[in-house]
Amino acid sequence: MNGIHDLGGLDGLGPINPEENEPIFHDDWERRMFGVMIACFAGGNYNVDEFRHGIERMGAPAYLNTTYYEHWLASLERVLVENGKITAEELAAKKAALEKEYS
Amino acid sequence: MSSDHHNRPLSDVELRVKALESLLTEKNLISQDTVDSLIDTYENKIGPRNGAAVVAKAWSDPNYKKRLLENGSEAIAELGFSGVQGEDMVVVENTDGVHNVVVCTLCSCYPWPTLGLPPVWYKAAPYRARVVRDPRGVLEEFGLTVSDDTEVRVWDSNAELRYLVLPERPEGTDGMSEAELADLVTRDSMIGVGVAKSPA
Repeated sequence: MNGIHDLGGLDGLGPINPEENEPIFHDDWERRMFGVMIACFAGGNYNVDEFRHGIERMGAPAYLNTTYYEHWLASLERVLVENGKITAEELAAKKAALEKEYS
Repeated sequence: MSSDHHNRPLSDVELRVKALESLLTEKNLISQDTVDSLIDTYENKIGPRNGAAVVAKAWSDPNYKKRLLENGSEAIAELGFSGVQGEDMVVVENTDGVHNVVVCTLCSCYPWPTLGLPPVWYKAAPYRARVVRDPRGVLEEFGLTVSDDTEVRVWDSNAELRYLVLPERPEGTDGMSEAELADLVTRDSMIGVGVAKSPA
């Protein structure tokens, strides 16, 4: 399916700006996101096509305005619900509880 | 609540990741030990030094190089590098007349066992969009000028097939050991946005 992820040849996206001595992860949440995604994948909770399709359905503004590991997060939040592993309500409740705890 | 990790409010994305990890852990779909061990592996153990060892061996051993170009996955596995995101590997050789460069226009496919996790620019939109349309311009942006009489080949990776560039062996490296040669092989030279370093 065509979509914003199919970026080859698109103009106007600006310079590449490679970072000198780039760290593997830029923030601790990226580190956790990486580990959670791979562990959950290894556990058979989704396959690679489902995971990628989850990213490809983000919509163009969200896709272009968020970072790589935010793409992973958006896909997992969607695909784990679609696959019946978690519910959106459970996730929202957990987030609300954490927000209260960390405020 | 007063424990020491409560010193600042978390951002929305931090909260979402924490909520996801916490929920999945409660449901026994993941374990903290597995998550920690995966992070440690990819942050500290797997990286472009693996790919550099492959390249240095190919520079030193013509028979290995032949095997590497014929069946990348098998030849790379000989050195113990295999697994997730490196199942099917094709190695493309830079020569006098050909310069290869690798991208994943659709996503971020990259040979993890030989190069580790990809840098941000490899996964971001500008490189993925432009390297297939204006490869020479993109290489200039990395400080690499490819002469007009050298063909530039751009390889678009996908989930099933990933590429590693075998850079040209630098001049002045006769008699160097594999370990010495490996120190000249940069990550960027194996993606094709750079070349191997010259000996000091």
